[in-house]
Order: sequence, then structure tokens, then C-alpha cells
Amino acid sequence: MSQLPFDPLLLSIAAPLALALAIALGLPKRWSVLLAYGAFAIPVLMALHVWFHFGDVAKDHGYAFLTRYSTGLDGLGIGLKLGLNGISLPLFVLAALVGLAAGLYAIQSGAERLKIYLMLLLIMQGGLMGVFASVDVFFFYFFHELALIPTFIMVGVWGGRDRSYAAMKLTIYLTLGAMVSLLGLIMLYVKSGAQTFDLIALRDHLAAHPLGATLQHNIAGLLLFGLGVLVSLWPLHTWAPLGYGAAPSSAAMLHAGVLKKFGLYGLIQIALPLLPDGLAHWSHPLAWLAVIGNILIVGLITIAQRDLKQMIGYSSVMHMGYAFLGIAAGGIIGPGGVVLLMVAHGLSVALLFLLATAIYHRTQTFAMDEMGGLAQKTPVLAAFFVAATLASIGLPGFANFWGELAIFVALWKFSPLITALAVAGVVISAVYGLRSAARVFFGPSTEALAKVTAARPPADLGWPEKIPALILLAALLFVGFWPKSLTGPINAALTPAAAAPARVVPSAPSL
Amino acid sequence: MNLEVVKLAAADNQWGAIFPELMLACLALALLGLEIVLPKKLHVYIPDFALSGLVGTLAGLLFNFRPATLGHDTFNGLLHHSEPGQVMRAFFLLVAILVCVLARVSLAKQKMPRIEFYHLVLIVTGAMMLLAQSNHFVMLFVALETVTIGFYILVSYFRTSTASLEAGLKYLVMGALSSGMLLFGIALLYGVAGNPDLPAHTASAMNFNALAQFLAANPHHFLASTGIVLVLAGVAFKIGAFPFQIWVPDVYQGAPTPVTAFLAVGSKAAGFAVLLILARDVFASYAWLVMPVLTAMAAATIVFGNLAALTQHNVKRLIGLSGVSHAGFLLLGVVASATVPMAQGAIYFYLFAYLIASFAVFGVMTHVAGANDSDQDLDHYAGLAKESPFLAAVLAIGLGSLAGIPPLAGFMGKLFIFISAFQGGARWLLALAAAGVVISIYYYFGWIKAAFFEQWTPPADTADPRPARTPVSFVSGLTLGSLALASVLLGFYQGPLGQWLTMK
Repeated sequence: MSQLPFDPLLLSIAAPLALALAIALGLPKRWSVLLAYGAFAIPVLMALHVWFHFGDVAKDHGYAFLTRYSTGLDGLGIGLKLGLNGISLPLFVLAALVGLAAGLYAIQSGAERLKIYLMLLLIMQGGLMGVFASVDVFFFYFFHELALIPTFIMVGVWGGRDRSYAAMKLTIYLTLGAMVSLLGLIMLYVKSGAQTFDLIALRDHLAAHPLGATLQHNIAGLLLFGLGVLVSLWPLHTWAPLGYGAAPSSAAMLHAGVLKKFGLYGLIQIALPLLPDGLAHWSHPLAWLAVIGNILIVGLITIAQRDLKQMIGYSSVMHMGYAFLGIAAGGIIGPGGVVLLMVAHGLSVALLFLLATAIYHRTQTFAMDEMGGLAQKTPVLAAFFVAATLASIGLPGFANFWGELAIFVALWKFSPLITALAVAGVVISAVYGLRSAARVFFGPSTEALAKVTAARPPADLGWPEKIPALILLAALLFVGFWPKSLTGPINAALTPAAAAPARVVPSAPSL
Repeated sequence: MNLEVVKLAAADNQWGAIFPELMLACLALALLGLEIVLPKKLHVYIPDFALSGLVGTLAGLLFNFRPATLGHDTFNGLLHHSEPGQVMRAFFLLVAILVCVLARVSLAKQKMPRIEFYHLVLIVTGAMMLLAQSNHFVMLFVALETVTIGFYILVSYFRTSTASLEAGLKYLVMGALSSGMLLFGIALLYGVAGNPDLPAHTASAMNFNALAQFLAANPHHFLASTGIVLVLAGVAFKIGAFPFQIWVPDVYQGAPTPVTAFLAVGSKAAGFAVLLILARDVFASYAWLVMPVLTAMAAATIVFGNLAALTQHNVKRLIGLSGVSHAGFLLLGVVASATVPMAQGAIYFYLFAYLIASFAVFGVMTHVAGANDSDQDLDHYAGLAKESPFLAAVLAIGLGSLAGIPPLAGFMGKLFIFISAFQGGARWLLALAAAGVVISIYYYFGWIKAAFFEQWTPPADTADPRPARTPVSFVSGLTLGSLALASVLLGFYQGPLGQWLTMK
């Protein structure tokens, strides 16, 4: 049955938010935890439902499940319009899955003031589902900010080392990025002349009346800068490792896994169809920044990390470089690869953050020098970690492989030199990935670790930790072995978008 | 002037049109009467009487929101009743209600006569309501002076505190200077418009309609320009715009917290109501002069307010200087309103969002403050989230809304202003405002950080420097809770209010 008696998209946004409101109004703790299982599970059920039925429901401009709710700002062309196309569908599913894993992990973590922690996590989850379900550009931004605010508080209150400083830095950097991209969106709204934030209407309007070249360059520049900060484009990436290093595990999972993809999603969903020349104008500077900064420089920095969580933070900055390269390469296969990589990276980085915290609970430290030989005591944990590391390196069989492969294929046409440099980055990520697995799990145990384990012998992963990890790993393997389940919709969504809008200038010059 | 003329003039006096203001005046007098008549132990109920009277007046105003006089002049053109005027009336009544709620908390910590405080609040509110509807410079000046003189007393109300007295004196001196400039400007305009050598000269040059006609006929007159600049300077004092913001930190710090809130929200909104009337309608033909002046003022105000607030450690000064930056954002809206019809609605929305958020923050401040009202340090907020989660949550929502973070009402206000500013072509000002928002995050979040993130370890050798927190009573809990909720709801759903704002 593809017809539900309610709007699945609205429900998956509203369910977490409603529970968050109920907790704020004083729901008792037992009920909060019990209902939280439901509130995190509902988006997953809805996401699986829409994913399963996406192929056979009616679509308008490639969007399925379209609904619109008025919030009183119709005069400005703002309304809560929900729907999914082939680009947002994979990310919608990703958000639901990572949200469930983060939620389950938070519930079992027994954090201090768990009720408030769950409330913030639920707000974040509601916002994330909203970001990818919104067809209205205004609400797309609005839900992103809604999901962002809890991050600051969670880092500040439940965070680890340097949490106060990290929370402040995160807040200022991300506000800067959000503000600049808001200016870009306002400029797009006013200059398009369509008097609407509705993405479908904007697309139609701009296809008929494309913006001038200079205007496109300016708007795309603002969006690239603003969204670039949000996605940790080098050299404005420094908030990311610091913030992730300090963030509590569930917040890091949701932010690094899903929320950070907002910027890339915005570029593919909004900038690519509406401002094709704008993006093409900036593609070369963007590609060089990404390959030299994000991939090579940050990649080398990642090798030098001693703190496991910071290393994962840096590695996620590095992988964003590939995503930017895919966007710069353009065409269908480049951005398509980026969408696939976003899903894969979201799953794998969330899994890594989860496992890093699980390791911390057993070793009482994030310093990799003070670990070693953990595999003998916790073989299951070791197996999960090695699998997650291999996925993040891009081994075939995991989803990441297809994303990176598609990006490299698209990139070769764009610039062989940049492709060569980017492929060198894969070697770097293999070095730090395998080295970290070796330092944590293999070799002799260090003295510091021996002391900790003597006091409290480390137990292997229990089911409460294993279930969220299994969800993420299963999704990684599923997409890895059957990428067509996602690439089908992605292709369909990107094909008309890349072809339809009229170009003002002929295609970008290549090296 | 013979008797017939007076009679004719009196026939135009429609007292029903200013019924809410009359209600407030009667209520204010009744308070004093009750204090004389009632036995001392019943005096505690007088503030409740004032509060219920205000709520009743607001309900009456909302019930009869479109009276017959709407769109007309009354009292021989002294007043003009318009829809924005009605909105501002409701705004000021709401401000007065919230000030009274805050005063109950704040005055309980002082040994002070109580009743006069409420009396003055009512009088000042009535004057603000008239100010927002004035259509004549005499009306404008008299109402403005009533507001200002009321504030002289209110600011120095805590007479045992030197800070409060100093603040009162500063406000008196600065207020007198600004009144002088305003009056000089009015006199110049009156003199020029009465000059029989000039086209469209008029005998009733104080009347806004007649003055607007005269200014339209003489679009580049030097003396008129001087008068306009002086009038704008006088109004700029009230809204605390650069370079007339120097009184703000000291006065905000010294004044009792409810009065600070009243100044920050009520007085500023009154200034903007007047500025909108003047800049948009009366001085419309001098837009070549008014708009550049306001643009420069807005830019300097945003930069100054945000940079000066960065280093503050006293929360009253901090919120005062952040209020300066809010005046800058509102000025941005005024500049845009010259060409963009939506900007006016944006300003009203911003003012309401600012009201809700500010009173949430001020409400928390009255509960955290000790007996020494002017000494409210950021450090006093340490550990608030642990000890009083409700106050901390309200504070976070209020500050978040002031900072303009979605999904709170303050964000929508900023968004509307930004969109209209972009449509109005004020690009560079907009870029500056966006930079201002990013800077403001630092100090607003510094405050939230103090309340949430910092662990409080009491010093071993000395007593706890943090004043004891007032327990939250039912009324103030309800008020603060609804303010926080309103901030969230207005961010998500604007409903009919949004329709009203955007249909213009």
C-alpha cells in the first residue's frame, strides 16, 4: 500500500519535535525514554516506506509525496512545502537511520540529565528530517538552524575536553556560514523576481528567465562561501575537528553524519539547477581548494593526530574534499557521486564516532598512544572498527567505494591533474585509517592501558551498543552491494536538472 | 480667537477615540486615591488592581480594534488614528503589563513606596500611546515630554542607590539636551513653513499634513533641512542611535530593572513609531536628506552597539548596548521603508519579537538580581541551569531570539528586515548587519555559556558572591513561560499576523 492516511514526511518531522515539546513541558523520565524509542523509530519507518514506494508514486517535477501547509507567510511566497526527489530521498533515509542509531546510543549511554539530552537530540532529529523533506528554500534553511542549535548546547554541556571553547568556536563559525548563505538565498529570492521560496516554482521561473552571468557568479560565490564554512571547506574547517573532538557521541554522529551534509545538499539541490553558470565560474578555485586544502593538507594533518576522536573529525573534513570535487566536476555523474558519498560517509563517520566512544568507555582515553592490543579483549568491537575504517577508506563492498569512484570518473574529464592528486589522497586515508586500527586494537598493550584494564576489565560490545552499530554497518553494506537502490532515483533527479536550465555562457573552460 | 471658534474646535474633540488613554489616566489617579483610602495592609493589592486594569484596557482595545475613527483625524488634527497606531497602542499596553509583572518581583527586594511606581508606569504608557498617534508637533512634543519626565523619576526610583540617582541625573541632562534639539528643529520648521514668501506656506505649520505639503513644495530649503536634521537628532536620542547613544549604558545599568526593560522596549518602540511617521510621511519629500542620514546612523549604530557590547561584563550594560544594535537593525528597516511597502510590517514584527524576547530576558534578570539592582554580573549566572532550569531555559530562548537564531521569533524579524532591506537596495548596510549578527552571537552566547556551561564551585574562604535567587511565583512563572513559548511559536507559525504584515 503506497497510500498512507497521513503525510509520512510531516509525521517524521513532527513526531520527534512533539516528543521534545512534551519533555520540555515536564514529561517524566521513564516515559520520555520509552517514547523516545518510538520517536526515533517513526522517521525510519516513514523513510523506508517512502524509499520503497518512491518508484511507483506520482511525481511532479521529480518530487514525490508533495504537500503544502500555510504558515501565514504566503504573501512572501513562503510555505511549508514538503516532498522528496531523487536527491533528497537518499539523504532523508540517511538522516532517519543515523538518527535512530544516535538515539539508541544516547538512550543506552545513561548520560547525565538524560531527559534534556534526549530532548535536544529529538529537536535535532526533527530538524534534520525537515531539512531534507523541505521543498521550500526558506524552510530548508530554517530546519537546518533548528537542528544546529541543539548541537551548540550539547557540545557545551555534555562535551568533553575544551567544551566551552569548542562550543563557542562552533557557534561563531557556523553562524557566520549560515548568515552568509542566508544573504545568498535572500539575494536569489529577490533577484529571481519569482517572489517565492518554493524550489519548484523557482526552478521553473529561472528556467524561463535565467539570471545574468555576474549575478549568478555573485550569488554562487556567497552560497559557496557560506555553505562551504558549514561543510568545513579548507581553510575554514578548524571548527570541525575541535567541535567533534569535544562533542558527545550522539551529537557528533548526527552532526558529522547528517547535518554537515546540509551545505553540499544545498549546493546540489539549489545552486546546481538554479545557478549553473555561477557554480561553473567557481569550479576551478573550488576544486583546487578542496584537493590541496581538504584532501592533501588536512589528510597529512590527520595522519599526525594522536587523539582518536580528533582524527575521525579531521578525516571527515578530508572526505568533504571529495564531495566538493564532485560538485566542481559537474555533469550528472559528479553530483550523483557526491550524493552517494554523502550517504556512505554519513553512515561510516557516525559508526566511527560511535565506536570511538565505545573504545573510550573501555580505555578511559582517546589518546591512541595509550591503547593497543584491545582486539584480544574485545574482538567484536575490533571487527566493527576495522570494518568502519575500511568503509571510510573506500574499499569495494562498502557504499563509500561507489561514491568515490563516480567522483573520480567525473573528475577525470574535468582535470586529470586534480584527479591524480585526489587519488593520492586515498592513499593518505588508507595510511591513517589502518594505522589507527593497528594502534588501538593490535600490537602490545601499553602500560597506561594495562593499568585501566586491570582496574576494570573491558567487556566486549553489548547488545545496546551493538544494535545501533549494526544498523549503520548493515546500511553501508546494503548500499555497497546494491548501489542501484539509490543511484536510480539520483540519476532521474539529476538528468533534467543538469540539462534543462539555459546557460548564459558556454561550458566552463578546462585545463 | 472668539468663542465660536473654540466651540467649533471643541466639536471635533471625540473623547471616545482616546478611550484607552483616558482609562489609563483614570486608573493612574485611582491608584493614588486607593492608597489614601485603603488601610495599609490592603495596599499589597493595589499593584494587582493596576495590572488587571491594564489587562482590561488591552482586552477592550483588541475587542474594538477597528473603531469608527480609524483612518480619521481627531482633536483638530492633533491625532491621527491609523492601523499601525492601533498596533502600537496594543504594543505599549502589553509592555506596561509586563513592566508591572517585573516590578512586583523587583520592588519586593527594596524598601520603597510601591504605588507611585505603577502610577508613573500608567501615565508614561498613556503618553506613549498618544505619541504613536500624534499628527501634530505640539501633540508630539507634549506626549514625548510626558514620557521623558515620567522616565526621569522612574530611572532614579531606587533613591537609596547612588547608581540609580546618577542614572536619573544623566538621563535628565541628556534628555533635556535632546528635547532642546527637537524643539529647536520644530521651531525652525514652524518658522520656515510660516514664511509668507515661500510657496504653500501655512499658518498651521505644526500640523503634519500641512507641513508635508509645504515641504513638498520646497524640496531643497536649507533652513527646513536644518530643522529636519535637528528633529531626527531629537528622536535618535530616544531610540539610542549612534551618535546619541552615550547615555544608554549608564542609565540602563543604574535604572531599576523593570524601568530598564521599559526604556529598552517601550521608549525605543515609541521612538520608532514617531520616526516611521516622520520619515515616511512628513519628511517624505526630503528623502534625499533623511535617508542618507538614517543610513549612516544605522551603519554606525549596528557597528558601535555590537562592538561595545562585546566587552561588557555587567548584564544590564550588555543588554543596553545590544539594544543599541537592535536600534540599528530597526533603522535599517526604516531606511528600506522609503521604497519597500513590506518594510513597515517588518519593523512592527521585529518590535513585537524584540518585546517578547527582551521581557523574557529582563524577567530572568529580576529573579537573579539581588538587593543591589545595578550590580548584575555575568558571573551571577553561573550554575543557573542546574539550580533553576526554568529560568535558564527562558533566558536561553530570550537571548536566542534576540540573537536572531531560527526557529525563534527574533530570526523572523531579522529575516523580514533583511529581505526588505535587500529589496530597498541597501546592500552594504545589509552586509554590515549580517556581520553584526555574527558578532552579537559572541556576547549573547557568552551569557548563555555563563548560565549553562560553567560549573560553579563556591569559593572556600568568602561568602557566595552570587545574590540569592528569587523563587519564581505563579504569575511571573506563567508570564515568563508564555513569553518563551510565544518566542518559539511566532518563529514557527506567523499565521494571521504574518498575513497582515506581508499583505501590505
